[in-house]
Amino acid sequence: MRKTYINGVGCISAQKTFDTVFLEEAEINENDTILALKVPVYKDFISPVAIRRMAKGVKNGIAASALAMKEANVTTVDAIITGTGMGCMEDSEKFLKAILDNKEEFLTPTSFIQSTHNTVGAQIALGLQCKAYNLTYVNGSVSFESALLDAKMKIEEHEASTILIGGIDETADFTMSVFKLAGFIKKENESPYKVLNSTTKGAVYGEGATFFVLEDKKQDNTYAEVLDVEILNKLKADEVEAKITAFLKSNSLQISDIDAVVLGYNGDVEFDTYYKTLSENAFANTPQVYYKHLSGEYNTASAFGLWVGAKIIKTQQIPEILKVNSLENSEYEKILLYNQYKGIDHSFTLISKCLNLKS
Amino acid sequence: MKGVAITGMGIISAIGNTVEENYVSLVNNEIGITTIENISTVHAAVIKVGEIKKTNQQLVDELQLSPDNNFSRTALLGVIAAKQAVRNSGITSINEYKTGLISATSVGGMDMTERHYYDYFENEALLKYISCHEGGDVAQKIADELGLEGMVTTISTACSSAANAIMLGARLIKSGKLDRVIVGGTDALAKFTINGFKTLMILSDDYNMPFDNNRKGLNLGEAAAFLVLESDAIVKKENKKVLARVSGYGNANDAFHQTASSENGNGAFLAMEKAFQAANLKPEQIDYINVHGTATPNNDLSEGRAIIRIFGDENVPDFSSTKPFTGHTLAAAAAIEAVYSVLAIQNDVVFPNLNFKTPMEEFNLIPQTTLKHKNIEHVLSNSFGFGGNCSSLIFSKSE
Repeated sequence: MRKTYINGVGCISAQKTFDTVFLEEAEINENDTILALKVPVYKDFISPVAIRRMAKGVKNGIAASALAMKEANVTTVDAIITGTGMGCMEDSEKFLKAILDNKEEFLTPTSFIQSTHNTVGAQIALGLQCKAYNLTYVNGSVSFESALLDAKMKIEEHEASTILIGGIDETADFTMSVFKLAGFIKKENESPYKVLNSTTKGAVYGEGATFFVLEDKKQDNTYAEVLDVEILNKLKADEVEAKITAFLKSNSLQISDIDAVVLGYNGDVEFDTYYKTLSENAFANTPQVYYKHLSGEYNTASAFGLWVGAKIIKTQQIPEILKVNSLENSEYEKILLYNQYKGIDHSFTLISKCLNLKS
Repeated sequence: MKGVAITGMGIISAIGNTVEENYVSLVNNEIGITTIENISTVHAAVIKVGEIKKTNQQLVDELQLSPDNNFSRTALLGVIAAKQAVRNSGITSINEYKTGLISATSVGGMDMTERHYYDYFENEALLKYISCHEGGDVAQKIADELGLEGMVTTISTACSSAANAIMLGARLIKSGKLDRVIVGGTDALAKFTINGFKTLMILSDDYNMPFDNNRKGLNLGEAAAFLVLESDAIVKKENKKVLARVSGYGNANDAFHQTASSENGNGAFLAMEKAFQAANLKPEQIDYINVHGTATPNNDLSEGRAIIRIFGDENVPDFSSTKPFTGHTLAAAAAIEAVYSVLAIQNDVVFPNLNFKTPMEEFNLIPQTTLKHKNIEHVLSNSFGFGGNCSSLIFSKSE
């Protein structure tokens, strides 16, 4: 079976992740309930005329995908597959608000046109003039993993050799305000918002765009191999370990083979038990990593998690800022990622160091 | 055996609440395009829609949901169609095999968001609807109602969404990742899409007329349809009846414009070409094309040109758009039309392209305008969406 390698990454997040090595300038913000993005200079990637029309998510998606392609040294791709939980919220809100406020009169189509979930994938295709396979997944916290799984299948089917995948979500004012009402976002005046050992409900939110170039061949700049990804809609906290064991077994591995586990802790006291159970039991002797204190929670934050995992393998070190426990390994070869949101849309992603450089 | 087995299907649309009702409407020219009733909109007098004449409460009652449920209309329709499909396939134990659900939607729970937008801040009882906005919520609810535990995901590529869900499902079966997968799509009518298409000036104030020179645009519709795909191992072991097979699929991007199709239908051409390659079929083996045929000036011209490029001027098989019956049901459209393609194969019929009078001046394509009986081995079904997303599926008679 053909293998899948991560050969380029591009990440736009609440940290400086597009022009640094690996979170050396990361800052922890425990005072805000929504983390602000560190934006790149968009005009390096997009024409100034186009920038004015584009919502954040589209700009970030284009910039992050360009960075990933540049790093992988590719100019064309055989597929563009994106994931987004909430889609283009800014334009959706703008159009919906106009409908309601103006009683369905005096509307212009621009924000409607840009409100569809596939806008980012479409705009990237348009920019690259790429007529290849193009798909967008929108399923909560497995939106990105669905794209990853599809891409891996495409490579295994010999349908594609170079694939661009990405996870994009953007914050928008109205949605964030109703998310606060619903309690998805932490209450104001409960700071400092710590992700580990939190005692409050909800999460600190964020946004971002994280892209990867996946290829069937190893290159000099390869980060890691994607061994497997699994998506499960519903699990109880005490069922996760058995599912992980089965997932690893299907890859001829066991928990002791995992050199680091990347967990999707988001500080929601109601649902972090999913991770805590693993931290305290199955992976008690494994170096543990968390990242949503840096990225914030959003449906495709797990793409930021994969970026973290890939960077650990490439640099062979775990920055202090990411550590859940103080364990270390001399080598980081196999890394498992686990994520869920509110007890649904679980994903396991398994990546591995490439043992010899040339395939 | 070629292609992935379809062993069950379910549908709810403006022309019927079951597969049988839809078929009866299709063969009797009973259209579902009417004046809008369930949504209060200032455009009511100047648009026609393919609306399911049931209120949310009626759908809730039918599904016996608790009064404190937070189902969007999109989810209600989706659950009804998916349950029918599972029943039709004779499945009694949903998790007996490795089973997945691939849904498709474009509006998700927008119908609830637009209804309660400002009221959320006034009325705590409405807060339950906030989480039903996102597309994934619909699939989650369908999975819950089916008792399905496994891989669940959702595709949203505008009007081609459900075609991509069917394609992914077929690939998951072929690769052995799943033994069984429920695939399809659902979209409810919403002010959001009504006004969106209105601002684009592609809504007809009359009955939509696909491939007619005087076509004025589309009628929006709402619907849901799901199909059950199963591995040949299950089919053999359980001696299952195979309704038809998914034999080919292709996905390409037009890479031309966010909403408009390219003049020569490049994306459409590539999607069809890939579908033929995947099915290992030649264009002349297609007996019927269920075209995308939205009746917008742009789509029908672009799709028509792409069809001529694939089949040749003189060799285009019988084709029709069934959107004069149902309206354009957006993300669900390809699932609705997949059910119709299977019905065409099962009953050896070509459904009529209603409302067609005048051939388009740009080419000599004449759709089949009356019900036609003939042997149908292979059906090509096209679906194209905003963002240049073009997908084609081929359905074949099971040997």
